[in-house]
Amino acid sequence: MGFENLLVGFEVALQPNNLLLAVIGVALGTIVGVLPGLGGANGVAILLPLTFSMQPTSAIILLTSLYWGALFGGAITSILFNIPGEPWSVATTFDGFPMARNGRGGQALTAAFTSSFVGALFSVVLITLFAPLLAEVALKFGPPEFFAIQLLTFSSFVGLGGGSPIKSLVSILIGFVMAGVGLDIVTGTLRMTFGFTDLMKGFDFIVAVIGLFGIGEILLTMEEGLAFKGASAKMKPRVVWDTWRILPRYWRTFVRSCFIGFWMGFKPGGATPASFMSYSFAKRFSKHPESFGQGDIEGVVAPETAAHAAGGASLLPMITLGIPGSPTAAVMLGGLIIWGLQPGPMLFKEKPEFVWGLIASMYTGNVIGVIMVLAFVPLFAAILRVPFAILTPLIVSVCAVGAYSVNSRMIDIWYMLIFGVIGYAFKKLDYPLAPLVLALVLGDLAENALRQSLIMSQGSLLIFLERPISGAINAVALFFFALPVITPWWRRLRGVPVPAASPRET
Amino acid sequence: MRAADLTTAAVLIAGGLLVISDSLRIGVGWGTDGPKSGFFPFWLGVIMVGACLVIAAKAYRRADRKPFVRRGAIAPVLKVLLPATAFVLSIHWIGLYVATTVYMGFYMRWIGRHSWALVVVVSVTASVVTFYVFEIWFLLPMPKGPLETYLGY
Repeated sequence: MGFENLLVGFEVALQPNNLLLAVIGVALGTIVGVLPGLGGANGVAILLPLTFSMQPTSAIILLTSLYWGALFGGAITSILFNIPGEPWSVATTFDGFPMARNGRGGQALTAAFTSSFVGALFSVVLITLFAPLLAEVALKFGPPEFFAIQLLTFSSFVGLGGGSPIKSLVSILIGFVMAGVGLDIVTGTLRMTFGFTDLMKGFDFIVAVIGLFGIGEILLTMEEGLAFKGASAKMKPRVVWDTWRILPRYWRTFVRSCFIGFWMGFKPGGATPASFMSYSFAKRFSKHPESFGQGDIEGVVAPETAAHAAGGASLLPMITLGIPGSPTAAVMLGGLIIWGLQPGPMLFKEKPEFVWGLIASMYTGNVIGVIMVLAFVPLFAAILRVPFAILTPLIVSVCAVGAYSVNSRMIDIWYMLIFGVIGYAFKKLDYPLAPLVLALVLGDLAENALRQSLIMSQGSLLIFLERPISGAINAVALFFFALPVITPWWRRLRGVPVPAASPRET
Repeated sequence: MRAADLTTAAVLIAGGLLVISDSLRIGVGWGTDGPKSGFFPFWLGVIMVGACLVIAAKAYRRADRKPFVRRGAIAPVLKVLLPATAFVLSIHWIGLYVATTVYMGFYMRWIGRHSWALVVVVSVTASVVTFYVFEIWFLLPMPKGPLETYLGY
């Protein structure tokens, strides 16, 4: 089966230059994950233009390594500074920060990194086993099936995303509309340009990501007031070793969190709910639930394992179906298109060395990642001790450079700034940004799938329900869309109070 | 929050109507060989206007007195946004590298009150590093101004 392929992949991933790229990627990713205002999606977006001239396999290895690094970096700020760098690190602060305050920071960090590693590795193993099978099934998919999967992707943001479902829907629509601006390549008609030549090329999703997540996040951080009062990070080999000796005791938590993470993660927007769910399960099954929130190591293990299992799982639909599960995966997917690869199941047949190199690099990237963060934690934590009057303009100018380098257009830097303000306002008004970005990336693909399906059926929408696979997926998608309407009604029927809205993924 | 919610909904409704009108202009029906260009955006616009009307109605009914930005929190936001805007504007005349130096220097001195020595060292290093990484190493040219022309780039 896939094992010869995986060996071929390792041959690619273990080439010295690719290993070096993985090291660079993890280092940059950890920095990006530690810095406020720069997350995984943003780091990948800024770095993407630099990879245009690279080999696609090397480029994707650099970007996925950056992604792993950003996931690790989020844990550092959560535990030492009580600042969750990413939404899925919020649950890690509950017990991680109390541990650090009690002088057990080294232990908390070791537990977090190890859990991240275990979670990610679990997902990568499952990806290795299931990706070829899923791609095989997906090869039989036609345009109606692909449209159905896209519908499912977006319906899960509305139905399962948490927060306001109708605002999620509007975010998706904004993304699709922005994707439609410019030249319609099918008919050659100009759409929604209103006579402005600058609008002809449309909006670039990379610029949107840099603005929405980068600039928007800085504005939010500024409003909340920056206060980096961190605990100190001392990592001694002895502490790492002692922590590793007690971690196997929590094997049940590891296994449970891995499954929760993977199950939540391959659907969009899954990492954050997965981390919270895993945390509350760990607390419920614990013999001493009262110690949670006071600095229980299990409270670090559970969310970190689940978040990283979910982070890995979100790459599965991207490589098999060409449909990203997270904003970061969406940016990588955009990269595939720019490097001249057609994302989707055909990739396994046409570019096996690319796909398997990517999968193998997930193993190497994680091993490199866990070693590097354990070795250099104090160095990475020191970044947050750089005064914010230096960090802020530096991040803004790096964002500007990234936005400009995509198309070498000055207008893109202005777009970035405007997107930053929009991102800031949307974040405050509870319009989620992740579905907007995903819709912007997938807009053309979704529209083409819809058009081709309608051409196949001579304009009848029934084609989406009559074909068995597409019909089944669409039924689930419609159920998810209806979920926000059904749930309150169902609760009222059973007399269950409405719970508070769960924190959402950006 | 209520006013901000209503304003956003109104802006989005206006945007949705613009999308609908432009789609109607290029045709939303069935062309000779498939749906016309306006078909997809038209329905996006219709759903968007509908959804935003619901948002606006919900926001209107809610008596939310919480302000969009806390009193006193607008200043730090503007302290980032205005210099950043000036920075982007200045790229047009003096190029990205000089603009980065000026912007970083200004921000470090004005907000951070760092010593002049540190200001000069950090802001110049930032530009020089950016220049080498992008212009020389990755061959991605950035917007340039009179200084770069004078230096022969």
